[in-house]
Amino acid sequence: MADQATLDAVSIDQSEGNFTFPEDYKHDAGYGLSESTIDYISDVKKEKDWIREFRKKALKVFDSKPLPTNWATKDLENIDFDAIRYYLSKGQAPTRSWDEVPDDVKETFERLGIPEKERKFLAGVEAQFDSEAAYSNVKEELEKQGVIFVNSTEGLREHEEIFRPWFGKVIPTGDNKFSALNSAVFSGGSFIYVPPGVKVAHPLQAYFRINAENFGQFERTLIIVDEGAEVTYMEGCTAPKFETSTLHSAVVELVAMKDAKIQYITVQNWSNNVFNLVTKRGLAHENAEIRWIDCNIGSRLTMKYPGVIMKGRKARGEVVSIALANDGQMQDTGAKMIHAADETTSNVIAKSISVGEGCSVYRGQVHIPKHLKGCKNNTECDALLINSKSRTDTYPAITVRGNQHATQHEASVSQVSEDQIFYMQQRGLNEGEAMSLSVNGFVNDLVREFPMEYSVELKRLIDMEMEGSVG
Amino acid sequence: MSNSLRIDNLHANVEGTDQKILKGLNLEVPKGEVHAIMGPNGSGKSTLSKVMAGNEEYEVTEGSIFMDDTNLLDLDIDERSRAGFFLAFQYPHEIPGVSSANFIRAALQARLPKGEEIDAVAYYKSLYEKMDLLGMDRKFTARSVNEGFSGGEKKRNEVLQMLMLDPTYAVLDETDSGLDIDALRIVAEGVNNMRGPDKGFLVITHYQRLLDYIVPDVVHVMADGQIIKSGDKSLALELEEKGYDWVTAELAATA
Repeated sequence: MADQATLDAVSIDQSEGNFTFPEDYKHDAGYGLSESTIDYISDVKKEKDWIREFRKKALKVFDSKPLPTNWATKDLENIDFDAIRYYLSKGQAPTRSWDEVPDDVKETFERLGIPEKERKFLAGVEAQFDSEAAYSNVKEELEKQGVIFVNSTEGLREHEEIFRPWFGKVIPTGDNKFSALNSAVFSGGSFIYVPPGVKVAHPLQAYFRINAENFGQFERTLIIVDEGAEVTYMEGCTAPKFETSTLHSAVVELVAMKDAKIQYITVQNWSNNVFNLVTKRGLAHENAEIRWIDCNIGSRLTMKYPGVIMKGRKARGEVVSIALANDGQMQDTGAKMIHAADETTSNVIAKSISVGEGCSVYRGQVHIPKHLKGCKNNTECDALLINSKSRTDTYPAITVRGNQHATQHEASVSQVSEDQIFYMQQRGLNEGEAMSLSVNGFVNDLVREFPMEYSVELKRLIDMEMEGSVG
Repeated sequence: MSNSLRIDNLHANVEGTDQKILKGLNLEVPKGEVHAIMGPNGSGKSTLSKVMAGNEEYEVTEGSIFMDDTNLLDLDIDERSRAGFFLAFQYPHEIPGVSSANFIRAALQARLPKGEEIDAVAYYKSLYEKMDLLGMDRKFTARSVNEGFSGGEKKRNEVLQMLMLDPTYAVLDETDSGLDIDALRIVAEGVNNMRGPDKGFLVITHYQRLLDYIVPDVVHVMADGQIIKSGDKSLALELEEKGYDWVTAELAATA
């Protein structure tokens, strides 16, 4: 159990996230997206030709793919790709000391409590401000063990031999329109390598901050955990409340070699004008385990379906997902479990909460081909509706061929009734506290499985979101 | 300074309709006393308790409810609770995933000034004491509020919450329904334990037998949205014997 100091240290007050500093950028790729945007980014980053070519090819794929409005919301059409700036940076390399971080950036992360968290319980931190990391540091003993924790530019430049073989392999450029967009203009994100047998005891954390309006953040993360090694990675995100909408479109690839374990935790609280369109997938080799814990609160639209490809025998994949859609928000989330070897096991537990006119959608895909034996999948999705205007949809797609597998699917929809709120209010809780308690109760069995620090953080975010939802 | 829970000429409708349920009800429960309301189904007993608590399904069209010097009708549901009003529900609601211990703790926390935290050790000590009094198993604290509870467990839980929140005035709405005789005795003991010169109770019941255990100072008979007769505890026995028709007939005769 974490002590009080740790708990205080990890609580990021997201309401404190609604501030911004005047823009002062050395590098600005300008509005709109073309080959010259890519040349600009590649020039600033002094990238090798193969990366520049990778980007340009991706741009063609992006241009050629339609928006997925045949199955997803038409709200996607409101993204004006010409009104977005694709690269903004102050032109400074990330430092290893907070003292060297520019004052306004440092103040931003201090207000979000990041340096304090780092001192208290993290093994490494990367803090990204718009397109580039401002700060990046990993504990010395990990570095000595060969753990690499850098941003994408540095990862591809300094450790090409490690990262290039897996870069774009788990999620190919053409996976979807937004993975193509990210592949064209990616910047920042975390590139992590954990050598064989190294078990990183404390989490590594990245923090993504959008400061500028009309800006798109396209971080790219690749985590490779070698045989028998283990790591927990946590990402957090905020942006101020701008008048116009902002785009966040990340690609996250995980590779767990034989017997490796990766736990990837997201607790995000984007302001309600961010389009959050993220592709996340992991590749699990023999007896490896990949676990996504994905908590989506806030944003205007989130589309995200973390996946695991279980490529080796006895590999395990898990997605634990919590989505909270408040008034005017849409959370379109789910999971993809691709079984590609015998005796692989996957588990999906998704809980969504829809409040007011908020809308939650669960899309799940489980694929078990005929030639495999002894695969197992368990899928549970539960939805909680708060007031009658809320809606929720579930689209499970479970393809199981062959008869040597075990799958199980359960879904439920429940409602916080006025009577339930009345009961709680009669005991002295105000309406916001009562709704918050109902929501926390609904996700309680999942949150119990989180590392303590993050469950406290999530509870706080839910409390704030529910307090704010009372008219 | 008045020292009672006092209802004057209370009229209430089902919200948004002209369906009248309470039709000029008068009632006063002084501090230190236990009053009982008995009455046939549909007389408006449960509505009265909900209106007192501030349930928005009903609209008060006339009259007043004062708790000492506080006008309850000016307060929201939760404000009434924090001001010292408690309602033990006839059908307590489930709150899935929220443990009973956390729920009561949240309710107590809501009574503290901002920034002040409950002393967890003192809280559990007090909680266990009261659970022992009500013969409740310690495992109960970890169970979700009312989820999968038997009827008796739900009612005990209501009484436990009442003991923990320590209200000035409490209304118990058919707390005896669904209880066997042993559970009834235990629940009554919980209430009797709380009785005192600074507390007032209003016990709504259908049956006389609860009043063998919680002996009332005054018994009121309710019919058609009004109190039609009041008397001492012998009135409850008389009702049991003769039925409600007797009172309504008597009323008609004197009208």
